[in-house]
Amino acid sequence: MAAGEMKRFYTILGVLGVAGLAVIGYLVMRRPTISIPANVQVLPADTAGFRGYFLGSDSAPIEITEYADYQCPACQDFETVQMPSVEERLIQTGRVRWRYRDFPLDQIHRHTRVAAHSAACADEQGKYWDQHHRIYSWTPDWTTKSDPSGIFRDYAKAVGLDVPKYDACMESKKYAGRIEASSREGVAVGVTSTPTFLIGGRLYPGRMAFDEIKKLVDSLSPAPAAKP
Amino acid sequence: MKYRMAAALLSLAGFFVSLYLYLYKIGRIGTLACGTGGCETVQTSPFSRFLGLEVALYGVVGYLVLLVLSMDTLRRPAAAISSRLLLILSGAGLAFTIYLTYLELFVIKAICRWCVGSAVIITLIFIVALLDWRRRAAPPGSLSQ
Repeated sequence: MAAGEMKRFYTILGVLGVAGLAVIGYLVMRRPTISIPANVQVLPADTAGFRGYFLGSDSAPIEITEYADYQCPACQDFETVQMPSVEERLIQTGRVRWRYRDFPLDQIHRHTRVAAHSAACADEQGKYWDQHHRIYSWTPDWTTKSDPSGIFRDYAKAVGLDVPKYDACMESKKYAGRIEASSREGVAVGVTSTPTFLIGGRLYPGRMAFDEIKKLVDSLSPAPAAKP
Repeated sequence: MKYRMAAALLSLAGFFVSLYLYLYKIGRIGTLACGTGGCETVQTSPFSRFLGLEVALYGVVGYLVLLVLSMDTLRRPAAAISSRLLLILSGAGLAFTIYLTYLELFVIKAICRWCVGSAVIITLIFIVALLDWRRRAAPPGSLSQ
């Protein structure tokens, strides 16, 4: 083996190694692509005509408000274990209208506002609940990441959003004020933890079981008697 | 020697491809450069983990070992052990890649370009390792590089 050939080989290997490390280093050192600020000024436009994200009929006799945080394990548990029964037996039957409000716990959940903003951007395209369910269902995949915005973007693709529109929405951070307003509303009504449910004017902190919610709903508005 | 050099360069390239996918998977890189969108589907599928670890991590470690072995074959041309291990390990890597490609095509039904890139790399490493092994095993003068 000629020494010149070995030298050329080591040169190519070195160049490839340095170039590869440089590219990987650049990708890792980049700042997170999106961060949603908490110290944002809430403008009237942020809340005008917006009370939250709704599921169910306007004419349902009972409205339940859920204050929740996308990164909170109890909220995720409620969403994936209890909520399907709530949807099927209380919301789809017209007995309950569900109102979801963001209550980000910033001190312990650094990605919660990005998640909330991602869902808000999906709402623009009429797919709030698809993105909402996806974010909650796949929590273990993004919650420990240093930058989950790419993963939320993948979910946006998967639920069928127009991705360039979604990207523009996320980059604009236009719903940061709405999320903060939602958080302040929670504080104003006395929410201190997530999830907390507002049912019939009373707050119920903690993960509720479907049976507990149904019992409360039955007591506030008895189920219509079955027709003979 | 050219086969071994090729194996080393390919192993280094494979290492960076796997490292890129692994860093994405653990959230150190925001988005994957993947025109088809299939990369995200594959990387967020349950099959992106194997025996409790990220599949990409097997790639990172595997390619690093292949790189060390191929460098050792260059450093000690007469020693058979490294070139034998290079052939065995690249063969195992190729078999695992065939399994992963089957999952992509028929189970996940999405193709990740970076995974295809890694599949091409491990196939080439296996081919050059095989050619190197044949050259070693052949009587002197019967085969040439």
